[in-house]
Amino acid sequence: MQIKILRSETNTHQSYTLPAGEIPLLNALSYIKETQDATLTFSAGCRASVCGTCAVRVNGREELACAYKVKPGDIIEPLQYHPVLRDLKVDKHRAKETLLKSTAWLHTSQEASLTHRDEKLSERQTDCILCDSCYSACPVYAVNPDFLGPFALTRAYRYTTDKRESNAKNIIDNVQSNGVWDCILCGECTAVCPKSIDPKMDITMLRGLSVQEGYQDPSFTTQSFGTPDFGGGGFGFDPNAGF
Amino acid sequence: MIDVLIIGSGGAGLTAALAAKHAGASVAVAGKAYPTNSQTSMAQGGMNAALGNVGEDDIDSHIADTVKSAKGLCDEAMVRYMCENAPGTIAWLERLGVPFSRLDNGKSGTQTIAQRQMGGASAKRACYAQDYTGLKILHTLYDTCLKEEIDFLDEHYLLNLVTNEGTVKGATFLDIRTGEVKQISARSVIIATGGYGALYHGFTTNAYGSTGDGVAAVLRAGGAVSDMEFIQFHPTALKHSSILVSESARGEGGYLVNEKGERFVDELKPRDEVARAIFSQIQEGQRVFLDVRHLGEEKLMELLPQEVELCKLHEHVDPAKELIPIQPVAHYTMGGIEVDQALEVQGIKGCFAVGECSNVKVHGANRLGGNSLLEITAFGKLAGEHAYQYALDASSQPVDDTQQQKDAEAIEALYTQKAGVNFYPYREKLGNLFYNKVGIVRDNAHLHDALNEVSAMQEMQKEMGISDKSRSNNQNLIDFLEFQNALILAPMIITSAIARDESRGAHYKVGFEQEDEALKKHTVIQWKKETTCK
Ligand SMILES: Cc1cc2nc3c(=O)[nH]c(=O)nc-3n(C[C@H](O)[C@H](O)[C@H](O)COP(=O)(O)OP(=O)(O)OC[C@H]3O[C@@H](n4cnc5c(N)ncnc54)[C@H](O)[C@@H]3O)c2cc1C
Ligand code: SF4
Ligand code: SF4
Ligand code: FES
Repeated sequence: MQIKILRSETNTHQSYTLPAGEIPLLNALSYIKETQDATLTFSAGCRASVCGTCAVRVNGREELACAYKVKPGDIIEPLQYHPVLRDLKVDKHRAKETLLKSTAWLHTSQEASLTHRDEKLSERQTDCILCDSCYSACPVYAVNPDFLGPFALTRAYRYTTDKRESNAKNIIDNVQSNGVWDCILCGECTAVCPKSIDPKMDITMLRGLSVQEGYQDPSFTTQSFGTPDFGGGGFGFDPNAGF
Repeated sequence: MIDVLIIGSGGAGLTAALAAKHAGASVAVAGKAYPTNSQTSMAQGGMNAALGNVGEDDIDSHIADTVKSAKGLCDEAMVRYMCENAPGTIAWLERLGVPFSRLDNGKSGTQTIAQRQMGGASAKRACYAQDYTGLKILHTLYDTCLKEEIDFLDEHYLLNLVTNEGTVKGATFLDIRTGEVKQISARSVIIATGGYGALYHGFTTNAYGSTGDGVAAVLRAGGAVSDMEFIQFHPTALKHSSILVSESARGEGGYLVNEKGERFVDELKPRDEVARAIFSQIQEGQRVFLDVRHLGEEKLMELLPQEVELCKLHEHVDPAKELIPIQPVAHYTMGGIEVDQALEVQGIKGCFAVGECSNVKVHGANRLGGNSLLEITAFGKLAGEHAYQYALDASSQPVDDTQQQKDAEAIEALYTQKAGVNFYPYREKLGNLFYNKVGIVRDNAHLHDALNEVSAMQEMQKEMGISDKSRSNNQNLIDFLEFQNALILAPMIITSAIARDESRGAHYKVGFEQEDEALKKHTVIQWKKETTCK
């Protein structure tokens, strides 16, 4: 069977021939590198879907190379919105920056009485392997490279729900700008996540928490009310009025 | 000059970084990939600590179980240190926010952490986070490192340690992205580069990168390694991909059967015994399977959803309806860099080693499941503190760039040299050779064969090289450097195995089936001065 892989040096799709039979894409890539073309470059680690190293795009959809079975005619490309370092290998350093800006960690730790139910509250979110698939699928990156993005927000949400966090407002404060309100709730991230995480839902939850902390959708304010009327005479509301 | 340079960003490296930073050190962590890509993410089962949250348990039992499993080859003081520190280490991870699985017992703090039984433990002692214990610990450590503003040098491949008169001064790295060889100076260095299980290429549960680079670098720099022959085989890995099927499959009542449908071993015996029983079936020409069909689809999806998926993907079988083809493969390396009780490397002052790459002698001849995640966190902390203590008094006199130049020349030579022979088939050949001749059941004739074949491969290595000549992001080059390290460690493992004419723990030798009291000692190897550092 034949598959095509986007090569960065020539910016063309190069065809490779593989022996017939169903194999994981990662095995196919290794086979090519070991026997046909040592210059083909990709990243891999655990080959068991837990290290998050091997995400690529197959026919325009994000997949873990170690979990995707190759089919004839597949077109393999690197993740979107990441600088391509070489072939299928991309720069994932922005992940660290978005995590840093989201301050996705425990801020002020306190002892808590956790139950099985509490565990379930963040079980899915903490299955995240930082594979970057959701970033590659998120259309917001086409217009706003500073967006905090699905997994950083999922992680921020995970820490705000943790009973051991006594100062969750801190985290909420840090996901306002280029954060929860910039998501267009399209659900692409949820559709591609190999760990069945639902960042879109997590972002929705974070919006709810933000409202509880007194934040509101910035676009909502400008769209619905135009310029606020501080005189109090018009139908606009006074943001200083205290409600 | 930084105080503490940490090489390797798995669970051991990140813990050491946090501890050193907390103590007041300036820290940098260099790793060949990103921190969350580390093999630590793969640990499923759990992390031991005698919390006694589910039934009776105490620290003395944890010590006793560990000592028993070590078959006379542990340092009991270090085992005591680790087990005594286990509850405190869990409490630390709890404070950082590790999402452990929980009990509904109305208590608080670590007392609500669920615990389960692992092989060789006399109590329900392993704290876990569903099937993702390693992943969740690693990611929480990483989040905390970001919080503490730890400096990361990702995609930096360790080439060599820089030493001066037996004292470490830093290390040289290949910056994988740029292709540049860099020298980083530090007052002290911690090596946390993981084990060498990937030497059994194709026959290991380990990640691709577990190639023992740090262990090889220590040898080259004049340090010692020890107990290299002790390699643990996990009984149940998927036959074609060597991906782990966790022990809980047997714990929940899975059977092992041969192709005649016969059961041939008590599935709940220790790992080494079960692995040997399976291996002897395979040698008799039988295929071996794990049978979990009787557990039913619903229970399987609840208990082992990951495994069900991996079986379908890699073996094309549905475990609810079909037998799972399995074989035992290399899983954990007990030996490694020889360190003292302060985790300082024998032979290199100011250099510390921690995690699977080091031999702090808590596992001896056989590691207990759940003791490795404990080792990397409990001792990671100790390593960070000791390295900083050392750094406080260490000279900040930098060394010249001799090592950097040497290494840059060596890399340059690989670019100019013709690669007549493709090394990838040899990497595979080495994996095969090790699995078949330095595997679960050993004998001196095969070990000597293996040694000869490795020597031939070392000779052949002169003809090998890289065919990708790109300066940046050259994975072909990294694969080759890793293979060179494997060829350094291979004869160490074989000669240690030859020297050990007995059977002890994971090391089993035909003709010498009993433990020999006279061999109740460590195998320590150090290169002669003339041969060190290229
Ligand atoms: C499938 C599987 C399941 C397991 N389950 C359990 C379990 O349930 N419980 C348990 O206690 N243990 C378990 N273990 C063992 C345990 O996971 C490991 O022993 C432990 O995680 C090792 O941690 P580490 O930090 O020492 O090394 P690793 O996590 O392997 O990290 C090594 C680091 O060093 C870096 N590195 C390597 N070489 C270089 C180089 N040349 N230059 C720069 N950086 C380098 C790597 O990139 C990585 O960051 C399991 C292991 C496997 C494979
Ligand atoms: S739902 Fe939001 S975060 Fe997810 S892909 Fe769409 S815009 Fe991006
Ligand atoms: S949320 Fe899912 S897709 Fe996004 S990084 Fe995590 S595991 Fe990958
Ligand atoms: S190699 Fe680890 S997720 Fe694919």
